[in-house]
Amino acid sequence: MTTVAPPPLRVDRPTSGGGRSGGVAWMAVPALIMFLIFGVVPLLGVLALSFAQWDGIGEIKPAGLDAWQSVLSDPGLPHALWVTFVIMALSWLFQTPLSLLIGVFLAGHERYREWLAVLYFIPLLLSSAALAITFKALLDPNFGLGSGLGVDFLNQDWLGESKLAVGVVVFVVSWQFIPFHSLIYQGGVRQIPRAMYEAAQIDGAGRMRQFFSITLPQLKYTIITSSTLMVVGSLTFFDLIFVLTAGGPGDATRVLALDMYQRGFMAGLMGPASVIAVILVLVGLGLALGLRRLGGRGDESQLEGA
Amino acid sequence: MTTLTSGARAADARPDLDEAPRRKGRRGTPRNWIGGALGWVWLLVVLVPIYWIVITSFKTQSTYFAENTMVPAKDPTLENYRLVLEAGFVRYFVNSVIITVGAVIPAVAISFMAAYAIVRGSGRRFLRWTNSLFLMGLAIPLQAVIIPVYLIIIKLKMYDTLGAIILPSIAFAIPLSVLVLTNFIRDVPKELFESMRMDGATEWGTLLHLAFPLTRPALVTVTIYHGLTIWNGFLLPLVLIQSPDNRPLPLALWNFQGQYGTNFPAILASVVLTTLPILVMYMVGRRQLLSGLTAGFGK
Repeated sequence: MTTVAPPPLRVDRPTSGGGRSGGVAWMAVPALIMFLIFGVVPLLGVLALSFAQWDGIGEIKPAGLDAWQSVLSDPGLPHALWVTFVIMALSWLFQTPLSLLIGVFLAGHERYREWLAVLYFIPLLLSSAALAITFKALLDPNFGLGSGLGVDFLNQDWLGESKLAVGVVVFVVSWQFIPFHSLIYQGGVRQIPRAMYEAAQIDGAGRMRQFFSITLPQLKYTIITSSTLMVVGSLTFFDLIFVLTAGGPGDATRVLALDMYQRGFMAGLMGPASVIAVILVLVGLGLALGLRRLGGRGDESQLEGA
Repeated sequence: MTTLTSGARAADARPDLDEAPRRKGRRGTPRNWIGGALGWVWLLVVLVPIYWIVITSFKTQSTYFAENTMVPAKDPTLENYRLVLEAGFVRYFVNSVIITVGAVIPAVAISFMAAYAIVRGSGRRFLRWTNSLFLMGLAIPLQAVIIPVYLIIIKLKMYDTLGAIILPSIAFAIPLSVLVLTNFIRDVPKELFESMRMDGATEWGTLLHLAFPLTRPALVTVTIYHGLTIWNGFLLPLVLIQSPDNRPLPLALWNFQGQYGTNFPAILASVVLTTLPILVMYMVGRRQLLSGLTAGFGK
């Protein structure tokens, strides 16, 4: 991530570099200042606060390694990490094959598929708060969807049992984001050259064979982009889970971000909360870099890293 | 029959024709029955809850508990909507508009300037360094830095104001905007910039009269994307807003839920009301948004 300037750009320096275009640098300053104040300084600040004691209102006092010790020895942390990874993995496993198949399907050019894509987008417009509230009502064992449809399976205490609640979180996340990832895959499929399929057809490859030998390999970078968004995005499921389950039942859905909020803003333990925030940053960076390496290419196309 | 075949042949011989956007995709793209079935099933999964929210919002509490929840009310009522509107919906709506407009326009403007500088002044160490910083910023989740942001807002004496949400929202919209916009500005042919320079245009003039019109699709996409994110934002208001009067819609919605308890129809009416404005915007800007997203992310 530090070696950003792509080599190809250097080539045209003799024409666009030199004296005059240098005067353009000031244009980057406003964005840089804003980002330094609310992005970089807080990033350093959270590290500093992890060595401090603060209740959110009063004075900030240095506390050495106290917060780190208390968090690292607390069984709540491995649990929150575990829940975070379980929800991350399950939602990836659930969303990826579905979005991929639907995306390949949507890539056709018939008019009705355009309309499908339009309807598909609607869940992305709802705020997580609205979504969580809706599904809470929808899954009500007595008056929700189950009783309306007369399907007994749906009449469970969805948010009252640990395993079910985790499942609900994964489902609601998928409900919101499968459409988005389908659209990403749709875009990816449309960029695969037709000629490849035609050549495969001449060679007698069937539909399945074409899917596994052409579509899937050609979508490699799309899969990595989509997975990166899914995985890194899953660290930010705070609002959805906060409103849907508030971490419960018990602490079954208490992910890292929620754990941080509860310790910091509800219990007034900003030091330990900052420790968790630091861990959150490290996990996020680690995942982003890991997936980037998996992609096997650097910065030639920076969108892949998004 | 013969014409059809020869037509297809001709298209095969000229690969550029295959890229025509409206062409029916029967040849080439493998048929995908599983995907098709899943697509329709998932559409149902998407639409049923939406249908349910809407019909329930028109029920009274007693019909909701008494009748089948999947069947629309026999005598639909607007009572729930009246309740929500009287509970200050307009106020929260205005707050959301102020926050969204107040954050998105400056965010996109300064990101555009930065992206322009990064592309035009490439090779300068300061700009390379700035660009790296923004790229790194993509990996920082807002949640991770919310505690220091809260502290900074208190120090700036902005706690419990709309500005408290606007400023961090601007900052967190910058990395992705710069990324998307630099990619678009890079596609502008160098010759155009050169000829502007020959004509004696300033960088500012080139930005406004060359880069701006050519980058407009990307600007619209970025604007809609951040508009949506900020409109729906929950964490910043939750942490930085205290008085009921300053709540934006998502936070107000969460409070409604606490207030109305088991009055599901009223809660769902507030869900509908908070979603409606964004749905209208989506219908207006849909084509732009979808094409922007598929082009931007699907590369």
